[in-house]
Amino acid sequence: MTEFLQQVVAGLASGSIYALLALAIVIIYRSTGVVNFAQGEMATFTTFIAWTLVDHGIGYWGAFALTLLIALVGGFALERVVVRPVEGKPVINAVILTIGLFILLGGLSNWIWKAEVRSFPPSRPFPTSAWDIGGVAVSKQDAGILVVMLVLLTLLWALFRFTKLGLALRASALNPVASRLVGIRVGWMLGLGWGLAAAIGAVAGLFTAAAAPPLDPNMMRPVLIYAFAAAVVGGLESPIGAVLGGLVIGVVLNLIATYDTHVHLDLDRVRLPIALALILIVLLVRPTGLFGRQAVRRV
Amino acid sequence: MAALLELEDVRARYGPVEALQGVALSVGEGEVVAVLGGNGAGKTTTLRAISGLVATSGDVKFAGERITRAAPERVARAGIAHVPEGRGIFRELSVHENLRLGAYLRRSGFSEDYERVCGHFPWLDRRRAQQAGTLSGGEQQMLAIARGLMSRPRLLLLDEPSLGLAPIVVREIFRILGDLNEKEGLAVLVVEQNAKLALRSSSRAYVLEVGRVALEGPSPELAENESVRKSYLGY
Repeated sequence: MTEFLQQVVAGLASGSIYALLALAIVIIYRSTGVVNFAQGEMATFTTFIAWTLVDHGIGYWGAFALTLLIALVGGFALERVVVRPVEGKPVINAVILTIGLFILLGGLSNWIWKAEVRSFPPSRPFPTSAWDIGGVAVSKQDAGILVVMLVLLTLLWALFRFTKLGLALRASALNPVASRLVGIRVGWMLGLGWGLAAAIGAVAGLFTAAAAPPLDPNMMRPVLIYAFAAAVVGGLESPIGAVLGGLVIGVVLNLIATYDTHVHLDLDRVRLPIALALILIVLLVRPTGLFGRQAVRRV
Repeated sequence: MAALLELEDVRARYGPVEALQGVALSVGEGEVVAVLGGNGAGKTTTLRAISGLVATSGDVKFAGERITRAAPERVARAGIAHVPEGRGIFRELSVHENLRLGAYLRRSGFSEDYERVCGHFPWLDRRRAQQAGTLSGGEQQMLAIARGLMSRPRLLLLDEPSLGLAPIVVREIFRILGDLNEKEGLAVLVVEQNAKLALRSSSRAYVLEVGRVALEGPSPELAENESVRKSYLGY
């Protein structure tokens, strides 16, 4: 039982990272209707920016905050300059564009920061020790990641739920024409959606680097697959669904690794197929995910 | 009287189709003006041209300022509230959220405006938490108008407010509009298929045919006009 709980907590930590990236995907999908395949590479890119900042003598958490700001502005600019031309066009245009961004950003990360091994973060953002809670060893890093994810989630929820800006963001996603007629600069809101997503993705990138050093330009590729699985399970439209999906996938993968004593799955090899199979099954059986709504259009 | 809204030689096209071929019309301060015409005459496009929702050439002036080709959000800022055809409410949001969005451009005075608007539509406050998409058609239309009023517009553009609604609901909506015009001096430019009602509720009217103004004049006169009677009033 103790081991079970321990593995659940560890799974929640990696699940938090999937949840954050899935949340970024959902925010962009809801606001601009674009499935952003470049979300993982954007996260990697911003993580390398954080590394550069730390390399220039800024402390880890200072670099963390600065990176989020850079991601926010960068995501905004990316939407305004690169993504805007494909909005309202056939979906395939957006798909090709974000796959292009995926390749471009991946190439840029490899080119600027070379594919050499870096130790990042330089010092651990969270203590490496663990708490003993009723016999269950809870790693402080796992708990830290989980708590930061929950805090971010709460802040986002409050932004969308209680502020005028959040209401305008939601309105722009739901009905862009009516939003413009009440005076909302919808273009800015779409850009801001990308900015928020980039910032949330940056946190996922920073924590991926923290949880599994060293820093590697390709580190977000598997995470992106899990995040997609999480977002699809949640229904692509639902932020809560994406977060729960991410946590469940994190926990389940971890439990499989622990308790698979019969088949001896080489988990590092089958993790990705499991995630992909999950995406396939959800799309076949319940395309709207567990939390999505059927798109009903009146004709 | 200087016109609040003035259109001159306004043209608009959807691809190769020229939907407006030089429309000229005006709305005075505090005036209710109706636009009549059959399907495809360019009624809706006229409103969309004013709001900047369609590529337009010509001259659109509002309160002395040229707003041709201004983006919809700028037109809204200038003091025009456009209630589009099919209502254009935020179906997934609550009644109250819809009204908050109506007041998006206002920095203060929300509760004052809210009370004023609820004075015209008393049921709104009772059902503030209800999801707008679950309201009846007539209620959605009223909510759309109420949302338009929350911005304290100088001019309300109203597109087919009677579309798909029961006659009694339509009469109620026009009664409230008359009220708003009388008590608050709100200028209204209303596009309407129901010519009889539109002529009765307005002081002047225009008849559009294939993208041009075919007839214009005081509403009571148009109501007596032979061709208007035959084409739009059906007697």
